[in-house]
Amino acid sequence: MKNIVEIKELTKKYLNKTALNNINLNIQEGKIVGILGPNGSGKTTLIKILTGILRQTSGEVFIDGNKVGVYTKSVVSYLPDRNFLYKWMKIKDASDLFKDFYSDFDEGKFEELLRFMKLDKNMKIDTLSKGMHEKLNLSLVLARNAKLYILDEPIAGVDPVARDEILNAIINNYNEKSSMVITTHLVRDMENILDDVVFLKDGKIILSDNAESLREERNMNIADIYKEVFSQ
Amino acid sequence: MDFNNNLPIYIQIMNLIKSRIISGNISGGDKLPSVRDLSKELRVNPNTIQRAYQELEREGLVFTQRGMGTFATEDMEIIKNLKKTIATDLVDKFFIEMKKLGFTSHEVKEIVSEWMEREERE
Repeated sequence: MKNIVEIKELTKKYLNKTALNNINLNIQEGKIVGILGPNGSGKTTLIKILTGILRQTSGEVFIDGNKVGVYTKSVVSYLPDRNFLYKWMKIKDASDLFKDFYSDFDEGKFEELLRFMKLDKNMKIDTLSKGMHEKLNLSLVLARNAKLYILDEPIAGVDPVARDEILNAIINNYNEKSSMVITTHLVRDMENILDDVVFLKDGKIILSDNAESLREERNMNIADIYKEVFSQ
Repeated sequence: MDFNNNLPIYIQIMNLIKSRIISGNISGGDKLPSVRDLSKELRVNPNTIQRAYQELEREGLVFTQRGMGTFATEDMEIIKNLKKTIATDLVDKFFIEMKKLGFTSHEVKEIVSEWMEREERE
């Protein structure tokens, strides 16, 4: 199977702190990969390098065979862990913004996602609840026909109903030709939709495997393995 | 459905389909939900559902028809054997638990007889 992402000996240092330490990771086409780890483990740094927001100190990153740059930004759809829309906007302004920015933005798909999330194009951004914000942001990101979707904490801080809707939207959007990277510390809620899991601790990968193989090997679900790995 | 016990999820899905076949919820020859639909229904990764279907096919419980989908076996002998295997497993588990609690086989037999008599009366 083809690799959508190839990361080789990736290291990122901030002055005297090493945020990522010699990361090697491949992500195959059609896979949903969970990057799991507590706050400060390096998840967001890794994502920011994949999306081209930060530059690595050393090592190489290829997405769809290309070094991170203009091309890779056009095939990566990124959901940041904070809001990125202006308060004065309505949902339809956000849609226009994405249409201007990304040639792969599919308006029809976006409208379908809005209906699914029970959101309306005339709603104002600053009247949305936290859960609605998250659903809108995810709808924008999933409405792109990207090769790689990167979702940073997509269900953090939303109520259980919104959480289920978000998980459903992620599953509905799954296709064999693209991959997803999802960071989360809400392992129990997310683990059933992941193909592979990567445990990140202090900037290093301490465990990386197929989720089902891990369950089989250890007789534990991923949430319990997570607790065991990170409570030491 | 909750998948929070410690078995791999594809095995839990296989068990779910098996219990649907045994209970008659899915009859011999019926079309199973598509991978995508079951994935949505259970909120589970589509590749995991695919794996469960492949393993069920290997066990002879389902078969795939190109472009049509996955179907439950029409072979009643296989379904009968599945029923027997599952029933034996359940009874095994029941006896193991009862023994753990200190019941003798004789006491278990009495409890089961009482239960059956009550069932008949009702």
